[in-house]
This record gives sequence, C-alpha cells and structure tokens, in this order.
Amino acid sequence: MKSFILIISARVIVPVMLIFSVFLLFRGHNLPGGGFIGGLTAGAAFVLHAFAFGMESTFKALRIRPVKIIAIGLLLSFLSGVIGLVTGEGLFKGYWLDWDVSFLPKLGSPFLFDVGVYVLVMGIVMVIIFPNIQEDS
Amino acid sequence: MEYSESMILFPLVLPFLTALLCLFLVRRIFAQHFISILGSLALMVCAIFLLIEVEEQGMLVTQVAGWEAPFGITMVIDMFSAIMIAISAFVGFVVNIYSLQDIRNKRKYFGYFTYFHFLIMGVNGAFIAGDIFNLYVWFEVMLIASFVLLAIGNGKEQLIGTVKYTLLSFIASAFLLIGVGMIYGISGSLNMADIALYFQQNCNDPLITVAAMLFLLPFAIKSALFPVYFWLPASYPAPPIAVTALFSGLLTKVGVYALLRCFTLLFIHDVEYTHTILLVAAGLTMLSGVLGAASKKGMRTILSFHIISQIGYMVLGLGLFTPLAIAGAVFYIIHNILAKTNLFLITGVVEKIKGSSRLEEIGGLYKNFPLLSLLFLIAALSLAGIPPLSGFWAKFILIKAGFEVESYFVIVIAIITGLLTLFSMTKIWIYAFWGESKSVNKHDLISNESSLFRQQWRLVLPVLLMATATLFIGLYPTHLMKYASLAAEQLMDPSIYIQKVLGK
Repeated sequence: MKSFILIISARVIVPVMLIFSVFLLFRGHNLPGGGFIGGLTAGAAFVLHAFAFGMESTFKALRIRPVKIIAIGLLLSFLSGVIGLVTGEGLFKGYWLDWDVSFLPKLGSPFLFDVGVYVLVMGIVMVIIFPNIQEDS
Repeated sequence: MEYSESMILFPLVLPFLTALLCLFLVRRIFAQHFISILGSLALMVCAIFLLIEVEEQGMLVTQVAGWEAPFGITMVIDMFSAIMIAISAFVGFVVNIYSLQDIRNKRKYFGYFTYFHFLIMGVNGAFIAGDIFNLYVWFEVMLIASFVLLAIGNGKEQLIGTVKYTLLSFIASAFLLIGVGMIYGISGSLNMADIALYFQQNCNDPLITVAAMLFLLPFAIKSALFPVYFWLPASYPAPPIAVTALFSGLLTKVGVYALLRCFTLLFIHDVEYTHTILLVAAGLTMLSGVLGAASKKGMRTILSFHIISQIGYMVLGLGLFTPLAIAGAVFYIIHNILAKTNLFLITGVVEKIKGSSRLEEIGGLYKNFPLLSLLFLIAALSLAGIPPLSGFWAKFILIKAGFEVESYFVIVIAIITGLLTLFSMTKIWIYAFWGESKSVNKHDLISNESSLFRQQWRLVLPVLLMATATLFIGLYPTHLMKYASLAAEQLMDPSIYIQKVLGK
C-alpha cells in the first residue's frame, strides 16, 4: 500500500538523512558521531525510501545488492589496515595525510576505516530490514 | 619467504581476505570453491612457515599498529600457538575439500564459505591473542560465525540445536567478560604478560582465585567440561556433517587452548586449589562422556559424546600440571583433532552410501567397502588408544605423567574410559560394518567402492589425508612429541613469555 503523505515527505527527508549521515561520519573523528552511527542513518534513509516507493525502485536507485555493499565496506576497512602491513609498520598503523580542506575531516587510514564501517553498517541495516518489508506486502 | 613481524598476523589476514572474496562472489559457486581452496592452502603454507620460524626463534611477538605493550594489543605465537594454528589450518583445508561436495548449493548461496573462513579467522585469533580482552573478542568472532554455520539451511533440528548452543555461549561470554573486567580491576592491565607479572608479585590476593573461577566457567562451557557439556550432544549432530566435523576439530579445542593458556600463564598462584578442580572436572568429564556415548545408537550422537570424554583427557594433562603432562595434553589435542574430525567425515560418507547413520538402520558396509572400513578402523582404534596408532601414544604419555605425580584415581578413570571408548567403537563397527547389508532404501545409494571413489572423491580424499596423518603420528610419534615438549617447556615457564612480550 502506497501512502501519498509518505511519498511526498520521503522525497524531502531521504536526501536530508543521507547528507546528515555523511555529516555524522565526518564529525566522528573527535566528536560524537562516526561510521557506525552514520551508517545506521544512511541505512534508515534507504529503508524509508523502500517503504515509500517500494523495494524495486530502491534497488534501482542503489544499482547494487546490499550484500555487495557489506562486502565493499569490509574491503575498505581492510584496506586501511593493509597500508600498515605493506609499509612494515604493523597492521592498522595509522597514517594521516597533510592536506587540510576546510569542510573535510582529517584524512588518513583511520578515516578510511570509518568509511568502511559506514558502508558496512548501511548494508547490514538493509540486509536485515528488506526481507521483512517483502513479507508484509 | 623472508620473515617479518607482520607475518604473525597472516593467519588472521588470509582467512579474512578469503572470506571477503567469497562474499563478493556469493552467487558464483565455482569461483567460491576456487578461492576457498586457494585461501586454505595459502593459510596452511603460512602456518608451516610460522611453525619453522617459531622453532628457530622460540617465540614471535608483534604489537598491532605499533602501540607498545602493555598498552596496545599484543599478538604472540609461541610453540603451542604455532602447533595449533598449523593443525587448524590443516583441518580447515581438509574440511574445505569435503564441503565442496557435502554442502548443498542453497547453503553456499547464503555464504557458507564466507562464514567458514571467518570461523577460521576467529580460531586463529584466539590462538595468537596476547591480551585477555582480545581473546574474548576472538571468541566472539568465532562464536558468531559458528552460530551462522549451525543455523544456515534452516532445518528444524538445526534451529533447535542452534538455540541451545547460542544461549549457553552467551552465558559463557558474559561470565568471561565479567572475569576480564575483574582482572582489569585487580591488576590494571589487559595484557597477559603484564597480568602474569602482577599476579606473581601479588600472589596473596584472594580475588585472583575468584577471577580464575570466572575464567574457568566460560572456558569449561566452551570446551564442554563436566557438568556444563550438555549443549554439545544437543547441537553438534544437527548441521551438515562438514560443519560438525569442523566444529569437533576446532571449537571445543579453542576452549581447551584457552584453559591451557590461562592456567599455565595467569592463574598459577594457587595450583593446589585451581588445578585440583580441573583434575576432578577432567575425571568426571571423561567418564560421563563415554557413558553417554555407550547409551546412544546414532553414529553422530555417539561421536558427539566422545568429543566430551576426549576433552577430559586434555584437561587431565593440565590438571596434573607437570611438563610431561602438559606435553601429553598438547599431543592429545593434535591426535584428537585428527582422529575425531576424520570419524565425523567418515560418518558423512556412510550417510551418502546408506542414507542414514543410525546404527539400527544400517549394516554390512565391510562387504562392499573394505577400504572405507579400513579407514574407519584406523581412526576408531586410534581414538580408543590401540598401539601403534596415535591415540595410544597420547594416552600413554598422560598416564605416565599421572604415575609420576601418583594421582592413581584419575589414571584408573582414564584407563576405564579408554576401554569404554573401544567398546563404543566396536559397537559402531559391528552394527555398521559387519552384519547383513541393509540400508534405509532398498539398495545402497552407491553400489561399490570404485564408484564411491569416482563420484565422491571430494569426500574420500579428506578422509584419506586425515587417516594418513593419524598413521604418521602413530608410527613416528617422536616428531610430534618433540614439538609438544617444546610447547610444554614454554608453557611451564611463564617468565619466557613475559620476557618476550614486555622485554623484562
């Protein structure tokens, strides 16, 4: 059942949620926030999208299966650890870049790890909730 | 290959990478097979390399991300860890080949191989953790992967078993976490070497014994010691046989590993008290496990009960607490992993032939499958401890160690248990292999041995590999004994461990 109110409000809320989730991710290094919470928010945004427009259109918007999203998240986090392994300083050694862009957080391998967590949690939220949407309709 | 400190982490990185690639290729089964086998093979090579390296250097230590001990996470591979990593890599490889055929495609689509390798990562992590909180975390990694492997495929029996297993594991984890918190409260550290040093200097603190008991309970639950073993026969017989074989080879042994590690390194302030408890628990475990097996009629349940009684032997070695006894325990773990996993794998082959492994429904395997019967006999007699197979040497060392410290009571129990094990194995032999040929269906699903080898070679090859390893240990026990006594030497002298990790 599609609700007109939900569709109209989802059009506004989903982009805001996604932008806010990225904001949470960026903020997370020193302040409350981070990959996990950002990922939950982003996942919730897609779930809302699925409730409003149906699963088909969400999958079309994503272009990729949620399981693959989990795998990509794991890969990103893993890569952040491998950098240290390659340089021989030890797994998950933290490296930071020197650039300072005003709106970006401090870039480096710990941030890459956080991005991985963000993507992973986003995927997991979808994997858990999507099958339940299907059953109800 | 050149050794570098980061190589210690390869037993974690390799399974992770394999699991990740399998997750990417979750819809393409052939690619999953290929990557999975390649990953296990690479892990085995890496494990052997590490074993050689440990033999040369004594102990390998690394600090993750360069944070110095006792503040960062320390990873340590001593002889015992290296042996355990090597044997679990071997079991992982062998069961991996077996899984190609045994596991249905439906389960593979749900990521069977991904969780398989995550399980191996968790097991390896527990083996190399040098930090009690890290040990707890690896236990969780291992448990979560094992929950999925148990439940995957959604059979009713499977879910009943999984619920029991999950519930009890959570209780165990809670106790372990309380124990970790308590030790942190007492000593202000989580690094095992640092804690050991603190306990040496403050050995009169009564709280240490409380912490020891808080560690004993969860590890006892996880390794299925008396009286907290009841989850094992309830959950192990349910999943596909490859999963049961992997669990019987690795999961309970990680519990035993953790017991051995903690009760030789950390809790040695009051050996009289703590290790007597272990000894009593070991005796009762042996006896109750084997009596449980004697009353059962299915091959899977009989073997599951035998896991319990065999765990008793390993803890017996720890309870006696002499270098020879510890070496015996290490030897026993290796022997048991090989023999027990193999028995489960053979049970799987029997089920493929007869359609069931319940003893009253099958019979007469010997007539058409003499070679398979021989392979079963090797594993079964080894488990019972008939010379010259590996189980004999394992039991011999433990009983000799028992005589040296004059604890005759447990020796008697160990010998009785050995006899009763032989009884159960003979029971399986008489019902399943001798007697008239019968099966659940009118005819056997596979008519004779050559077609078995042709069609199901991926099931038979692992059995052959395992049996060869058992035979090798049985005929040349000195090779393994050399490594086992090296491991025992390091375990019995915590100062080596402390010196290597903290540098003092």
